[in-house]
Amino acid sequence: MNPVNYLYLAALLFTIGAAGVLIRRNAIVLFMCVELMLNASNLALVTFSRLHGNLDGQIMAFFTMVVAAAEVVVGLAIIVSIFRTRHSASVDDSNLMKL
Amino acid sequence: MSLMTLAASGNTPSIPAPQIEYGQLSPMLIVFGTAVVGILLEAFLPRRLRHPAQVGVALLGLAGAFAAVLVLAIQGYGGTRSGLLAMGSVALDGPALFLQGVIILASVLAVLSYAERGLDPRIDGVPQDPFTAQAAATPGGEQEQLATRAGFATTEVYPLTLFAVGGMLLFPAANDLLTMFVALEVFSLPLYLLCALARRRRLLSQEAAVKYFLLGSFSSAFFLFGSALLYGYSGSFRLPEIADAISGTAPITPALANTTQNDALLLIGLAMLAVGLLFKVAAVPFHAWTPDVYQGAPTPVTGFMAAATKVAAFGALLRVFYVAFPGVRWDWRPVMWGVAILTMVAGAVLAVTQQDVKRLLAYSSIAHAGFLLTGVIATNRQGIAAVLFYLLAYALVTLGAFAAVTLVRDSRGEATHLSSWAGLGRRSPLLAAVFALFLLSFAGIPLTAGFTGKFAVFQAAAAGGAIPLVIVGVLSSAVAAFFYIRVIVLMFFSDPQPNGPAVVIPSTATATVISVAVAATLVLGLAPQYFLDLASKASMFVR
Repeated sequence: MNPVNYLYLAALLFTIGAAGVLIRRNAIVLFMCVELMLNASNLALVTFSRLHGNLDGQIMAFFTMVVAAAEVVVGLAIIVSIFRTRHSASVDDSNLMKL
Repeated sequence: MSLMTLAASGNTPSIPAPQIEYGQLSPMLIVFGTAVVGILLEAFLPRRLRHPAQVGVALLGLAGAFAAVLVLAIQGYGGTRSGLLAMGSVALDGPALFLQGVIILASVLAVLSYAERGLDPRIDGVPQDPFTAQAAATPGGEQEQLATRAGFATTEVYPLTLFAVGGMLLFPAANDLLTMFVALEVFSLPLYLLCALARRRRLLSQEAAVKYFLLGSFSSAFFLFGSALLYGYSGSFRLPEIADAISGTAPITPALANTTQNDALLLIGLAMLAVGLLFKVAAVPFHAWTPDVYQGAPTPVTGFMAAATKVAAFGALLRVFYVAFPGVRWDWRPVMWGVAILTMVAGAVLAVTQQDVKRLLAYSSIAHAGFLLTGVIATNRQGIAAVLFYLLAYALVTLGAFAAVTLVRDSRGEATHLSSWAGLGRRSPLLAAVFALFLLSFAGIPLTAGFTGKFAVFQAAAAGGAIPLVIVGVLSSAVAAFFYIRVIVLMFFSDPQPNGPAVVIPSTATATVISVAVAATLVLGLAPQYFLDLASKASMFVR
């Protein structure tokens, strides 16, 4: 199969993720959408790696996975602490600083 | 020829051990090592010893890193020499070394203002620092009160800050997009956590953290996808090799011949990479997080974030545009013109309507990002030097201003609403005068650090042919000066409120921060020549 198709898929997944971040309300869902964007980038990276015949892209994909895992740790800690305070994970409720 | 067959073919290629220049990388290694030591202290020391030990270790580590930067500068790396370290993924050159020095200086001041325990009243004889007793306890709950009584303190902030500083040192020095991405995350993740740790107004603080985290990870996903597209375009993550692929001097492989035809990969990749970086420098239209996060985060953390993050992010922005993309500057310059104009105008105009000191300083930092962008757009050596000097001046003044904000307090903690600052000049002439000096420097009034910096970037932008940008810059400086001077008038020429806030006498830590910032404002304003020379000597990127 033409590897360019994988790039279209990656772009589609990235767009779905970005749209999700902008549309959804729940912090956990937002966060999952960000993870989807990171995974779309991984798909693009390995596809380009294959196209160019070098391994840089695959190595970057590994680093992305590690970074995503670290981000989950930090992100869930923050979201859980705010959930325990407010009993809601909706980002629309976080509006104390609105003018 | 696929990758599978390469690996399976009989003659296994030997993997050369990577060469790591530990000496030249020592500023970052010292900071990361100190952070690890801090984690160990947290695990093994009894609670009452942790605060002094952590502060001491953090300051010692930062001093060591600064000494390493000085040694490298004496060896000539600030100007005449340069080099690529760690197999070409880290650059050691003038801008990197200069900005590393600035970041370390800023973090020393930030750690000092973290360590302040004299502002909040003691509870059961235990001094209270600006951070929550226990981050996991629900705000206002029983657990929180118990933790406060027991004298708990979140001393993890020091190792977290050091990890962030390590990432910031690496960010402007990163010579490939992989290192840059990792550095971006290494300094962002601890900052998200630090934002959530305020002692007072914890709901605001947690809200700031969740906003910063969600928007920050959103923007780093853009950075990553941009890097993927640029890798697709050029077949490499190295900034110089991307530049070669753009200029057509790279050795042509069949794949490269195909992808370098495709300008969409290059331009979309560059745009997405720029979104990630512009988010970190808080340029309009990627600034929406700034006021909320600056307001909600504990004020010493806000100072650290405002100063050090901006320095690191502008370093990376300069390196990306000057090392990897000089060949397409006719494509990115018009867009950056627009971003710079929007940032300057929106930052200055929106600041006028603010009623909270921290939000005001947040919008002022947005406006400053715009002034700095005019220096980036100059695309000449003078522009790099001007941005370096501006960052030094801006970082020190910002830390001083936020440290001054922590001193104005009422019974509920810091009194940040502007109305409660009315008449501060009569209650505490010294603090009001110092804060007025910082504001004048932000406004760019002559004889202060801000004026020298602004003059340098505008001069460079004019030399780079961006006269309209300079005109917009000067006009928005005038708008900005209006709201800075409004605060000064409010402090000195209006009557104090009957039950307004009091100015707390700080301990040596905050007093040191403010005095260093005052000294820097005056020295960089009155006798800037030495530092201007230093910046202009340091203004060559290694390729």
